[in-house]
Amino acid sequence: MLSKEETQHIAKLARLGLSESEIEKYQKDLSAILDYVDKLKEADVGGIDALARSTAAKNVLREDEAIPRPEQKTRRLREAFSEQKDGCLKVKAIL
Amino acid sequence: MELKNLTIKDIRGGLMKKEFSAWELTAAHLDKIEKENDEIFAFLHIARDLAISQAKAVDEKIKNGEQIGILEGIPMAVKDNIMVQDLLCTSGSKILQNYIAPYDATVIEKIKGQGAVILGKTNMDEFAMGSSTETSAFGPTRNPRDLRRVPGGSSGGSAAAVAADQCAAALGSDTGGSIRQPACFCGAVGLKPTYGAVSRYGCAAYASSLDQIGPLAKTVADAQTVFDAIRGRDGRDSTSVEMPAGEAAKEKYRLGVPKEYFVAGMDPRVESAIKEKISFLEKQGHKIEEVSLPHSEFALACYYIIATSEASANLARYDGMRYGAAKGGDTVTDAYFAARGQGFGAEVRRRIMLGTYVLSAGYYDAYYVRAQKVRSLIKRDFDRALAQVDAIIAPVSPTLPFAIGEKTDDPVQMYLADIFTISVNLAGVPSLAMPCGAADGLPVGLQIIGRHFDESTLFNVGKIIES
Repeated sequence: MLSKEETQHIAKLARLGLSESEIEKYQKDLSAILDYVDKLKEADVGGIDALARSTAAKNVLREDEAIPRPEQKTRRLREAFSEQKDGCLKVKAIL
Repeated sequence: MELKNLTIKDIRGGLMKKEFSAWELTAAHLDKIEKENDEIFAFLHIARDLAISQAKAVDEKIKNGEQIGILEGIPMAVKDNIMVQDLLCTSGSKILQNYIAPYDATVIEKIKGQGAVILGKTNMDEFAMGSSTETSAFGPTRNPRDLRRVPGGSSGGSAAAVAADQCAAALGSDTGGSIRQPACFCGAVGLKPTYGAVSRYGCAAYASSLDQIGPLAKTVADAQTVFDAIRGRDGRDSTSVEMPAGEAAKEKYRLGVPKEYFVAGMDPRVESAIKEKISFLEKQGHKIEEVSLPHSEFALACYYIIATSEASANLARYDGMRYGAAKGGDTVTDAYFAARGQGFGAEVRRRIMLGTYVLSAGYYDAYYVRAQKVRSLIKRDFDRALAQVDAIIAPVSPTLPFAIGEKTDDPVQMYLADIFTISVNLAGVPSLAMPCGAADGLPVGLQIIGRHFDESTLFNVGKIIES
């Protein structure tokens, strides 16, 4: 069973603002799911490689270059910003 | 105009013979959607203006005798996690409730290029996390076959729209069964393509090593047509590849039935409908063999570690700043807590937290690395079984469509709804879900699972079953 403090710590790492009652609910839910996934301990994985992808894709590389886009495209992207100033995304104070 | 069971093939014939215009066809679908949406709620947004203008362009092309595309004039619906430029794209979430797609997803560019008419965006479990379309922030979709029941999920809106003849075909996405299980619950055909067969550019990412976009349709041939329109390499999704040529059609197939999939806990009505189809295939002269997928029992646990880990990283981008409305807060951290705490629904928060936990210091090896090793074993099971047979026949869901509200309080019970579909995503193989009869008036579905990039065998076997 996860403790309340552990649950709060996870919510903090995930940047989720949760109420007291929500913390209690997730403490219970996550514990039940973790009990279920404990089943993986029964699998014999000796000598088995970890598989990150299912098809034999290789790393795909390209030049890291800025590609100019028409103003119409960049404007559409900026329109989704919650706040902007001089065409840039405006955010709260970081420090 | 009669829309019941109207297929892509029928529409193509009707348009060419001038039995109806693309405008009439589109208007008839839009009218049907508007009339039924309060009840079924397959659509989150109806794109009447876009659809009518696209339909008029199709009529113009036909009138002028121009060359037409493979989806010319076909009324289609699109799951709301796939971007259609200038339409809302919420992914079923409050955090994106006002987000307007700034560009087209690659699959949308492709279907537009083939002349498809886009009717609107369909309801879904929030960020595709769910098996019933009940986690949508905007309310559940109802199963058109029985309005008290769920349509399955997460592509429940797309499946319901196809089943209710509100569109000829639809796009969905499948991370753990999200195309196949709703297709099964609504009595439609749905394809989860091979990982890499279809570009995901412009689709909201849930679990990137598992997500695939695919078609839902009324017939196997129609699903194939849509798949042919959307597949192929795209430089904007580095996991996408050009499909190698598929296997040629065979007279007789060797088909495997996994012994681990017919076990206690399965609804006997589902089991008997599928077994009946298997004996039909045997009588037709196809060879039925038992195969073994010995690590199936670990698939669900493996999936919930890998999928939630990837989700916790993918959904970090929803900060309430770059997309969607800010919810206050004096510092950037406070702003994250407010926007994410209020913007995400209960299931999405649950999965983000699970993923964050299993990736956190001290647990990474025990959960994530172990799950990836088990994933290797699951993939090896499929490689071995599919070396023995051409394709595998299996159930899609262990149960018939369940009632709305029946499983919402118990996450593990809800996750078990995907027990037969998730291994396919872990192994990256393709699977075609299709109807195989009914029980108590509700649809039963089976899936045909094949080798990587061998969708053509799935379509060929599917057509035999359909006939």
